[in-house]
Amino acid sequence: MDCYTANWNPLGDSAFYRKYELYSMDWDLKEELRDCLVAAAPYGGPIALLRNPWRKEKAASVRPVLDIYSASGMPLASLLWKSGPVVSLGWSAEEELLCVQEDGAVLVYGLHGDFRRHFSMGNEVLQNRVLDARIFHTEFGSGVAILTGAHRFTLSANVGDLKLRRMPEVPGLQSAPSCWTALCQDRVAHILLAVGPDLYLLDHAACSTVTPPGLAPGVSSFLQMAVSFTYRHLALFTDTGYIWMGTASLKEKLCEFNCNIRAAPKQMVWCSRPRSKERAVVVAWERRLMVVGDAPESIQFVLDEDSYLVPELDGVRIFSRSTHEFLHEVPAASEEIFKIASMAPGALLLEAQKEYEKESQKADEYLREIQELGQLTQAVQQCIEAAGHEHQPDMQKSLLRAASFGKCFLDRFPPDSFVRMCQDLRVLNAVRDYHIGIPLTYSQYKQLTIQVLLDRLVLRRLYPLAIQICEYLRLPEVQGVSRILAHWACYKVQQKDVSDEDVARAINQKLGDTPGVSYSDIAARAYGCGRTELAIKLLEYEPRSGEQVPLLLKMKRSKLALSKAIESGDTDLVFTVLLHLKNELNRGDFFMTLRNQPMALSLYRQFCKHQELETLKDLYNQDDNHQELGSFHIRASYAAEERIEGRVAALQTAADAFYKAKNEFAAKATEDQMRLLRLQRRLEDELGGQFLDLSLHDTVTTLILGGHNKRAEQLARDFRIPDKRLWWLKLTALADLEDWEELEKFSKSKKSPIGYLPFVEICIKQHNKYEAKKYASRVGPEQKVKALLLVGDVAQAADVAIEHRNEAELSLVLSHCTGATDGATADKIQRARAQAQKK
Amino acid sequence: MAFPHRPDAPELPDFSMLKRLARDQLIYLLEQVTSWKKDLFIEADLMSPLDRIANVSILKRNQHEVDKLYKVENKPALSSSEQLCFLVRPRIKNMRYIASLVNADKVAGRTRKYKVIFSPQKFYACEMVLEEEGIYGDVSCDEWAFSLLPLDVDLLSMELPEFFRDYFLEGDQRWINTVAQALHLLSTLYGPFPNCYGIGRCAKMAYELWRKLEEEEDGETKGRRPEIGHIFLLDRDVDFVTALCSQVVYEGLVDDTFRIKCGSVDFGPEVTSSDKSLKVLLNAEDKVFHEIRNEHFSNVFGFLSQKARNLQAQYDRRRGMDIKQMKNFVSQELKGLKQEHRLLSLHIGACESIMKKKTKQDFQELIKTEHALLEGFNIRESTSYIEEHIDRQVSPIESLRLMCLLSITENGLIPKDYRSLKTQYLQSYGPEHLLTFSNLRRAGLLTEQGPGDTLTAVESKVSKLVTDKAAGKITDAFSSLAKRSNFRAISKKLNLVCGTGMVRGVGGFIPLWSTFLGGNVLERRSWQGLDEVVRLLNCGDFAFTDMTKEDKASSESLRLILVVFLGGCTFSEISALRFLGREKGKREFIFLTTAVTNSARLMEAMSEVKA
Repeated sequence: MDCYTANWNPLGDSAFYRKYELYSMDWDLKEELRDCLVAAAPYGGPIALLRNPWRKEKAASVRPVLDIYSASGMPLASLLWKSGPVVSLGWSAEEELLCVQEDGAVLVYGLHGDFRRHFSMGNEVLQNRVLDARIFHTEFGSGVAILTGAHRFTLSANVGDLKLRRMPEVPGLQSAPSCWTALCQDRVAHILLAVGPDLYLLDHAACSTVTPPGLAPGVSSFLQMAVSFTYRHLALFTDTGYIWMGTASLKEKLCEFNCNIRAAPKQMVWCSRPRSKERAVVVAWERRLMVVGDAPESIQFVLDEDSYLVPELDGVRIFSRSTHEFLHEVPAASEEIFKIASMAPGALLLEAQKEYEKESQKADEYLREIQELGQLTQAVQQCIEAAGHEHQPDMQKSLLRAASFGKCFLDRFPPDSFVRMCQDLRVLNAVRDYHIGIPLTYSQYKQLTIQVLLDRLVLRRLYPLAIQICEYLRLPEVQGVSRILAHWACYKVQQKDVSDEDVARAINQKLGDTPGVSYSDIAARAYGCGRTELAIKLLEYEPRSGEQVPLLLKMKRSKLALSKAIESGDTDLVFTVLLHLKNELNRGDFFMTLRNQPMALSLYRQFCKHQELETLKDLYNQDDNHQELGSFHIRASYAAEERIEGRVAALQTAADAFYKAKNEFAAKATEDQMRLLRLQRRLEDELGGQFLDLSLHDTVTTLILGGHNKRAEQLARDFRIPDKRLWWLKLTALADLEDWEELEKFSKSKKSPIGYLPFVEICIKQHNKYEAKKYASRVGPEQKVKALLLVGDVAQAADVAIEHRNEAELSLVLSHCTGATDGATADKIQRARAQAQKK
Repeated sequence: MAFPHRPDAPELPDFSMLKRLARDQLIYLLEQVTSWKKDLFIEADLMSPLDRIANVSILKRNQHEVDKLYKVENKPALSSSEQLCFLVRPRIKNMRYIASLVNADKVAGRTRKYKVIFSPQKFYACEMVLEEEGIYGDVSCDEWAFSLLPLDVDLLSMELPEFFRDYFLEGDQRWINTVAQALHLLSTLYGPFPNCYGIGRCAKMAYELWRKLEEEEDGETKGRRPEIGHIFLLDRDVDFVTALCSQVVYEGLVDDTFRIKCGSVDFGPEVTSSDKSLKVLLNAEDKVFHEIRNEHFSNVFGFLSQKARNLQAQYDRRRGMDIKQMKNFVSQELKGLKQEHRLLSLHIGACESIMKKKTKQDFQELIKTEHALLEGFNIRESTSYIEEHIDRQVSPIESLRLMCLLSITENGLIPKDYRSLKTQYLQSYGPEHLLTFSNLRRAGLLTEQGPGDTLTAVESKVSKLVTDKAAGKITDAFSSLAKRSNFRAISKKLNLVCGTGMVRGVGGFIPLWSTFLGGNVLERRSWQGLDEVVRLLNCGDFAFTDMTKEDKASSESLRLILVVFLGGCTFSEISALRFLGREKGKREFIFLTTAVTNSARLMEAMSEVKA
């Protein structure tokens, strides 16, 4: 146990710092680190090295080489640098490598050395060159700040949404600042720079001079500055070997230290842990590493090799050609447990568990001691927490075992913190593995969240591990396994050497119907790689047509898109495609396409009917659909045309169309209509009154009502109105006029084709019984009874009915016999009935 | 005689939930409009449905801040609000109206906020019109998914009368998705439907879309116990005959005579025997109506007079009561009696009014002719009756209806009649009906018997264009233009026309649905045994059944049957099925229709009126 704290170094009274090895590096570097441009991403991210960056020769053999390694030194990519000279490298929050060139261009590469995109830091830089650049991380993403040859700063707070901001000029700045950094405060990025003994703060409006409070006198220049991971603290290294540490707002000094080394340090970074009160800065020279804080003494390490510091959330990573180490403040829980002669509950519990394993009764003593103090819960919690901060699985296990042991003696200890820690550690150990090379600490992991970790695994194409983690943590499929499979598929479609069929099949086999997987996204990716055929194949697997169609349109497979849209039954989708087609194809082709898709055609027609009448006509024309064309013109004759001539013309066109459609009936009817219209017009001119748009029947009726009998007859003859209709018509009209004389004359003009019952009915309707009776006598025998009943002559009706010997008629009469008046008649009928039955 | 609530009948699902859902969503949408004062423009067609779920006071209540209500009509709005809100059906006409308002404001230099709420859903075509009119950026759009209005305890209506014309005439399938979504909503609310049946092309499409929706939102309905055991989807064009017949049950007659709109009817002064007209809600809550709605009209009078006597007797009881009993009577029964009395007098008034109208139009003759058509005798006589009908200009819609009935029952008119009837019709009612005839022909309602049943070249060409709606796979024989109604054969097969004995349908004719739903399909759980009929209906490809394997449906739910009418249904059909449910015992039918329709509405939908 005593050896456990061997690598603990006290800083002041209250804090210990320890440094342990993460990996021994496997990267076989030929150069020294100092000969390379180095960039390492935080959160255990990858390391990029650009070799020979400063060589100007154009010879291929000495061209710069860009290598990307995992944190454990596994090579991820290597490429020959063919672009311009690089000033600075840096990793974005999405683990994209940003390479800032001398000409202000920023090239963005993926983790695997794949070129993503590039952007420029402004035209001004083209002349002045970039002297220095920093990549920094903000709430919005990753930012880039550059210092130009004209000693001006330009920055962009988020490279994802590039907005360049040129910072104001520093008055009287003649040479490059001795050191500078990007600061991020209140969601705004600033630049802090040191020129000689002065410090300047640049925001986007102004340049202000700042003085750190409590700065020791005699400073003539600042050699190095460091901002903490969270932008809360600032450290300044002066040419007197003095280090000032304070808040980044420069309002408060935390502490100071004099190291008496006047040489400029190679690197200086903060080393603190969230929620800890301890502040410390790690300063690195060629061969010396120093941890300084609020203590008179510092911790010193000797560096055997060229090393590089990577600031992390809760410590500093230090890597060199051979090793990769982590330096951090020992967390409170670990300190409590492992501090020499600690009597903290956690320490006792660990001890108790060890004794228990040795089957010693001391276990009981320890346990009793904790319990007497009532600190068992706290002890268990301490052990769990400390386990999280341990790097070695053995140590994690023994702490967890202690926690589990202690838990047995507690009645109600909620198990989830223990379970979650076990799960988290399992995940962490998996990703810390040498082959994966993501040395995350527990705090970093919690800050990063599992989702981001999974994303990073996916980014490294470690799909199986990501899926295993998802399954192990039982993440919902949509967020977990499906998402990763989809990423895998997107990667798969980029493998150009595999045939379309194989890729499609492989993807479908693996993905199947996994919920949450969008085949259309994968297809979109395939299309993005120029593999249209593969994209179409993949789309076949997409169950939602709504997703298929837009991509098909984008790929210019409009016709396929149309049939997919139709299959989906979603008319909106069909419409989208139609519009697209309408703009894409010429009119003729568009119509031809429609012709083969009746569903789309009728949809489009409906639309045209309301919005584009002319197009509708063209559609019918194209199809030689004369029938519909005729109907179209007829409709136009009612809706569009005002003048008679126009209407007749429209009707003529319609009639022609109907002839072409071999619909003679419609053609004739239309021609009749034209004739009628002209005639009505004439009637209006000659007689006045309203005739237009009346039906033929109504026209004639109006004429009769107006007393123009001759004209009416003429019209009837002209239009060959059948006799029956004419009789009905005249009868009704004359009765309406109550022109009984004319009616009688009319009735005698010839034998009525509709019989005389209607005459009776209509007279009764006009309450003229007298006239009705006149006609009742002329009604034919079959309807005589009805007629007689209508005029109210029940007795005679009975006689006729009896004469006819018609049972139905008899009952009809009988039903009309009311009360006393018709008593005799009723009897008569009954008698007749009885007689009839006898026979 | 009437339908007292049967103790053995399964309990109906609670559809009032749908009303609450729709209301809450609307209020939510209105609250989204932030400005403190807004005017709401409501499309006329949405007024009545809206009235059924939310009254004006709710909309005007302070927190929803609706200032004034307007009807969407084709004239400029005189609103002074800063914000205009339109509640409309997704129709191009409405978009143009809104565009004209917005553009007028632009010309006048006014800036206002505009919001369009589409009900039941937004169509891309509408957005496109807004875009073409140049106001897409000025208005914000929303959807009010109000697709199911419970008109009664057993009747849901989508209130989409245009479904019929759009689909069956124009071949426009946009509403099918709406139906599918409505079904999806039902299954999320009332559990999945274990047994599905359908007949007709539209039914099949709706069903498939619905299934797709369910699959996409998988898991939501899983594990829920079904409340409704069976669902039938039926296309209107499978049976036009029933819808075209005169209705003889009371509710149907009231609809034919007064037009029931959204479950309520305006009784004019001739019914109310006062000088005001009265809006009356017709549903199961009206006790008097509930008892007579499904009765043949000839029985209604008798029933009403019996009822009147009972009522009188109850009133009379008060004689000989002591004070205490009287107090009881006044406080408890009198109000109910008075209410009943009022309703009774209304319905008696309605009956009188119906009688008057019917006798004037020779209702008996009409029914006789219809019956003759259904039975297929005296065709000549019927034809001349129709001709006379036309000559006398009795009613354009009625004449059209009879012509269609003749055409369907006779498999099309013989060419001579076809021409002469059409000529007569055009002379009587105006030449614009040439278009109506072309519509009817396209919908297969009024056709000409082809020589030897072969299609002319033109016909087959047109039919191909018009009706191969789905994937173009269907052969000409199935297209609706060329569709032979085969009514006679079907009717014989199913024994649809019967004597006067069982008058449970429409004038002696049993609706086709009744025979389908009357057990054959339900008991066998397939269309098996009806193969021949299905073939004759030209629905060979479109009759489907779908049963879930595991039968976790309770026997209770299996007794509930949801019937979905695509293209509308008539009250007669509803009443026939209600009767059937009772006959077959222990079953209850629930209805979902795109709209309640009747013969007149069908004909009007096909008519082309002058603009």
